[in-house]
Amino acid sequence: MLNAQDLHITFNAGTPIENRALQGMSLAIEEGQFVTVIGSNGAGKSTFLNAVSGDLPVDTGRIDIDGVDVTRQPVWTRAHQVARVFQDPMAGTCEDLTIEENMALAQARGTRRGLGRAVKAASREDFRARLATLGLGLENRLGDRIGLLSGGQRQAVSLLMAAIQPSRILLLDEHTAALDPRTADFVLKLTARIVAENRLTTMMVTHSMRQALDVGERTVMLHQGRVVLDVSGPERSAMDVPDLLQMFERVRGEKLSDDALLLG
Amino acid sequence: MSMFSLLGALEIGLIFSLVALGVLISFRLLRFPDLTVDGSFPLGGAVAATLISFGHDPFLATIAATGAGAVAGLLTGWLNVRLRIMDLLASILMMIALYSINLRIMGKPNVPLIMEPTVFSILQPAFLSDYVARPLMLLVVVIVAKLLLDWFLSTQTGLALRATGANPRMSRAQGVNTGRMILGGMALSNALVALAGALFAQTQGGADISMGIGTIVIGLAAVIVGESLLPSRRLFMMTLAVILGAIVYRFFIALALNSDFIGLQAQDLNLVTAVLVTLALVLPNVKRRIFKGRGR
Repeated sequence: MLNAQDLHITFNAGTPIENRALQGMSLAIEEGQFVTVIGSNGAGKSTFLNAVSGDLPVDTGRIDIDGVDVTRQPVWTRAHQVARVFQDPMAGTCEDLTIEENMALAQARGTRRGLGRAVKAASREDFRARLATLGLGLENRLGDRIGLLSGGQRQAVSLLMAAIQPSRILLLDEHTAALDPRTADFVLKLTARIVAENRLTTMMVTHSMRQALDVGERTVMLHQGRVVLDVSGPERSAMDVPDLLQMFERVRGEKLSDDALLLG
Repeated sequence: MSMFSLLGALEIGLIFSLVALGVLISFRLLRFPDLTVDGSFPLGGAVAATLISFGHDPFLATIAATGAGAVAGLLTGWLNVRLRIMDLLASILMMIALYSINLRIMGKPNVPLIMEPTVFSILQPAFLSDYVARPLMLLVVVIVAKLLLDWFLSTQTGLALRATGANPRMSRAQGVNTGRMILGGMALSNALVALAGALFAQTQGGADISMGIGTIVIGLAAVIVGESLLPSRRLFMMTLAVILGAIVYRFFIALALNSDFIGLQAQDLNLVTAVLVTLALVLPNVKRRIFKGRGR
């Protein structure tokens, strides 16, 4: 399904602040697989996600989706294959537009946008039904500006928007990191439900090792811009956070000093 | 203030409400600070006046002027999107270039339209005098432009355009070609401004190279005044607000210039505009500070 081969991305190349974010990153994801991606700050998680979505051009390497080379395609061309939820709740929705306008925008993803009405009566009913599944009462607020919603509510709507049109892969970029623990839990459960219902191929970047093991069926750890650990199946089921830490230390041959990972 | 100057203010206010609609698209919806309008307004006037003075049909001349404005906007967008020049700078470059282009089109600093037919003289009913008929005809033009714009912004393409300005990254992720939206939006915006310029030249007896000076400030003033008169996020109200803003603003200007006791003269127009816009920008902040003070 998704096949990324030997990706290299360097920021500020040739300057003192040169940052080699991806250094030979390769990852293949099968149809319907739910992969969680972990790694310390600067390991290249978000960079990799942005390369897959097309937000960042890769220096060298190749990205295939369904066997088609999309490496040079701009974001909007890939959008019919790649759905995305951002870390920042403000980034994934358009605060000046109403809830129904945001959803209409997502509904048109991957289709030709013409001069038809953006929000039709029929799609309004569809939006209402989808929003009702959230249990947040948003189905009665279709005409409200989305800027009036809380971060958690906006993130929930973002998830609905990501699933409103079929896509080949869903990218989740630490999409619960900016939320309080209870809301994060709600959004995570919602994620699991939407992914299962739509049988979406999913890649979720997370800061939390706990989350990485609890959700999905395969966990990949990045370090210095490449994959250093890739576990799935029974091996992963038997794993706990300390095991993961230990494996990481063994693979890297060094002590892990990042508190962010330990605290997750 | 006499009835005559009142109708005159209404006439110019209506013309500038087209500019205000254009500025609404660039500044507010696309968040593209576009100074091209200072060049595309006289461009519309220059194209229309020159074509009419050569004996062409005033309607075709007006349409050609509108098209010229669209091309100017397209070029500004192209400088920004394709050549990656900062938005404000791209529009300044275009504005400067248009000064020379407008002189080339007219071949001289001004093209008078005294005896030539205009869209107004052709359509004017015999029983109405021109200073009554012109505002009425302009009112129809402005209402049609407003309703068409309202309709366009509620379509899928219009929604994509609004999203592009508000959140470009999200728009791209939803499959919107944001570059194309900026090009289209800038073309639409400057087409409206050039149409205003063409109509202005036909009501004011000709085009002049300096007629564009301060167009952007007047357009912005209309948008800001309108937003403070009718604060709303609904599209229908937003477009109505800027039209109202343009008319109210012109009335204030006429009032200021006609009140002898203040001692203002016509050449003080730009200063008055600058002061009014400054006030409109500062007042909301002052109001907020006062209310905050009370809350404590």
